[in-house]
Amino acid sequence: MDFVALLAIQILYAIASLALISIGLAIIFGMMRVINLAHGEFLMLGGYAAIVATSHGISIWIAMLVVAPVVVGIIGIIVERTIIRFLYGRIIDTMLATWGLSLFLVGLTTAVFGNTTVGISAPLGSFEIGAYRASAYTLFVIAVAIVVLAGVFSVLRWTRLGLIARGTMQNANMAAALGVKPPRVYAVTFGIGAALSGLAGGVLAPVSGVFPTIGVAYVAKSFITVIGGGAAIVSGTASASALFGTVNQIATFATTPVFGEVALLAAAIVLIRLLPQGISGRFFRRGI
Amino acid sequence: MEAPLLETRDLSMHFGGVKAVRNVNFTLAAGELRCLIGPNGAGKSTFFKMLTGQLQPTHGAVLFRGRDISHAQAHEIARLGIGIKTQVPSVFDGLSVRENIWLSASRIHPRGRARAVVDEMLERIGLAGAAQRLVGQLAHGQRQWVELGIVLATDPQLILLDEPAAGMTHEEVLRTAELVREINRSKALIVVEHDMQFIRMIAKQVTVFNQGGVLVEDNIENIMRNPLVRDIYLGKQAAA
Amino acid sequence: MNARARNLAGLVLVAIIGLAVLFLTPRLADLDTVLELTVYMVMAILALSLALVWGYGGILCFGQSAFFGLGAYTYAIAMFNMGESTLPFLLAIALPAAFAALLGYFIFYGRISDVYLGVITLTVTLILFNSVNSTAGPEFHIGVAKLGGFNGIPGIPSLNFPGDKNATIDLEGMFYLSTAILLATYFGLRLLLASRFGRIIVGIRENERRAELLGYDPRAYKLATFTIGAALAGLAGCLFANWGSFVSPTIFGLAQSAQIIIWVIVGGRGTLIGPIIGCIGIQWLSAFLGANQSTGSGSPWAALLSNAPLVLGAILIAFVLLVPKGLVPTLGDWGQALLRPRVRERIADAAPMPVGEE
Repeated sequence: MDFVALLAIQILYAIASLALISIGLAIIFGMMRVINLAHGEFLMLGGYAAIVATSHGISIWIAMLVVAPVVVGIIGIIVERTIIRFLYGRIIDTMLATWGLSLFLVGLTTAVFGNTTVGISAPLGSFEIGAYRASAYTLFVIAVAIVVLAGVFSVLRWTRLGLIARGTMQNANMAAALGVKPPRVYAVTFGIGAALSGLAGGVLAPVSGVFPTIGVAYVAKSFITVIGGGAAIVSGTASASALFGTVNQIATFATTPVFGEVALLAAAIVLIRLLPQGISGRFFRRGI
Repeated sequence: MEAPLLETRDLSMHFGGVKAVRNVNFTLAAGELRCLIGPNGAGKSTFFKMLTGQLQPTHGAVLFRGRDISHAQAHEIARLGIGIKTQVPSVFDGLSVRENIWLSASRIHPRGRARAVVDEMLERIGLAGAAQRLVGQLAHGQRQWVELGIVLATDPQLILLDEPAAGMTHEEVLRTAELVREINRSKALIVVEHDMQFIRMIAKQVTVFNQGGVLVEDNIENIMRNPLVRDIYLGKQAAA
Repeated sequence: MNARARNLAGLVLVAIIGLAVLFLTPRLADLDTVLELTVYMVMAILALSLALVWGYGGILCFGQSAFFGLGAYTYAIAMFNMGESTLPFLLAIALPAAFAALLGYFIFYGRISDVYLGVITLTVTLILFNSVNSTAGPEFHIGVAKLGGFNGIPGIPSLNFPGDKNATIDLEGMFYLSTAILLATYFGLRLLLASRFGRIIVGIRENERRAELLGYDPRAYKLATFTIGAALAGLAGCLFANWGSFVSPTIFGLAQSAQIIIWVIVGGRGTLIGPIIGCIGIQWLSAFLGANQSTGSGSPWAALLSNAPLVLGAILIAFVLLVPKGLVPTLGDWGQALLRPRVRERIADAAPMPVGEE
């Protein structure tokens, strides 16, 4: 029974981390149709921002939940204004430019921070489930994921900003006619997507540490999740994370972590084959 | 009574809750020219896409020369002898006019013959002088003719034309009508158009689509006089 | 000069330069240079493989390094087990091709969109990297060949003359072989691209829907192109394993994948010469920057410039934004504009490069 509880927590954690690393991309790819291959590096920069802030005495909670998203959000806006905005509509060129950006950021952080892993210890300690110990931090990550998804949903659904963003993505001309400036909306949306990625990177920093090439591990998984999720940003990300996280975790438990990754990819390929529009292409259609 | 070249039985296309095409029963004889008219959103282009295999019908069947092609692949249907000039011209913009036609002709002709066929086709569509130009740089009307040339070069039995006169000057419209009549001497055609002048130049039998179904089929004179047809264009039917 | 003549002249020029490089280099250059040039030739074959698949086929494969690595590892493992190089050489080409055929089947016949294809091929190469990287223990072996994990496989025996185990190739021989294969690949691809098959895959790249509506099955053509590209990449991998007598999992890595794409972008998609030039140019640049760094000049600029991801990333961004067509086509456009100012009107009617040439 304890083992089941432990497994359940591990699965929820896998789902939560998948959702966290993907939600920023879901906004950027799902709403703006921009394939940002530097997404992993946004996560990595969030991790470094949190660690640098902590090493300067800032509380770890503020570092992860405030500093990381703000720093990466600003970087995101800069990237959108200097690179992305010239390439709208050019999908392949956007992929290539953001891949270049990804390499550039890896090189930059290597030059500044070096190649070694830096880390901060996970706060909150551990707790007991029967004979097992589990890290209480995993519960925190799960909580953050829920809050973030709920937050994004609420903003998109009930605030003016969310409405403007959704409207602009659907029809930029109409939005402009209503007095909205599409370039500004694009910059802000991209910035928010980046900020959420930074947040994820910050929150996950205590778990695995941060090093310049950690983005590589994130980028494929988050893309697979976003594509598997489909057009609806929150429900798509949530459902795809749930599916893939569960598959990944169970496969990892049964065999090895490497095979867990393979299982995730296999599940994704099967899903895309069956539901080419992603999960929210068939279910939760017209949802957010 | 000769078997029809093309026949659809209860052909339907549902997109989620929307019924784009509803139970269409349509027949076309070999060598016949039919015009397909109807307001925007009536389902004409969707109907065409099911004939060419770009869409799989959710219900019903398409038979071409007696053979059920409802679930065949697009390239298989093309090889059976259906060609389509699409609503938005679909050509190889980055290649020359000659190369465009060559890609088509060489699908059925061996190397030596293909070259000759390409030359003939260039003459026929009147673009022999522009053979080396990139199609993407041509004027809109010329691009439409290139597409026509591409379609004709595979020698299909049935040719679907989706708005062949769209965006053309008056001279180009006349020339296109002439081309269509000339093609009709040996091939069957279904022509979708909104330009009623163009329809009048080529039409004999007309099928009117509305809201995914066939409203009425008749010759062009009766269609022009039919109050129902007028209504759907003016919106009375929809309002009623 | 009309297009046909220009095409022929270009081919003759490449042949002359190629043969000159082939025969003169070992005579004029020292052994170190010959060694360096050999790997440039091998990488150029790899560049050509992506030039075919992406530049002409329109298939953006982010994981071309997967086939490169499979070729290298297949050669190494087969060579250790067999001792004679003919079969390993052939396997190094066949195995990546077979893998590509299988993967390609699922991708193209599964109607997966081109965008996802990029991510899938990227993931495949990363999985290969992670898998091979973790095979360091002695229990990971195929036959007598230990996979070696992150340590790689050292001491790979060289190619021998088919049939004679002892007639192994030497350094100079590797240069001759690699350059000859590069030239053969280049001219072979030119032939392929001028053929019906080549023109059809370009048509499919230009407008897949229209090609389909003409009766061509795009899935089959893309699969064939993808497989041929993988075979070429595998061949390059085999030669690479020979060149360094060593192979490690970094061959599957992201950096290697990125490099191949950058060569093609910088050199120019839609040409064959472009990626060769892009490849050799960037390889030389990396070597130059790396060499300067180790001379310990101490300047922070030198440190920055030898940071490969930094420089490559910046180059990639700059080219996508500023020189999207790549060097060779852009230089070609400038050349055309410069050389024919009086006939600017005729440029629109003048023969654009027919399909299959640069």
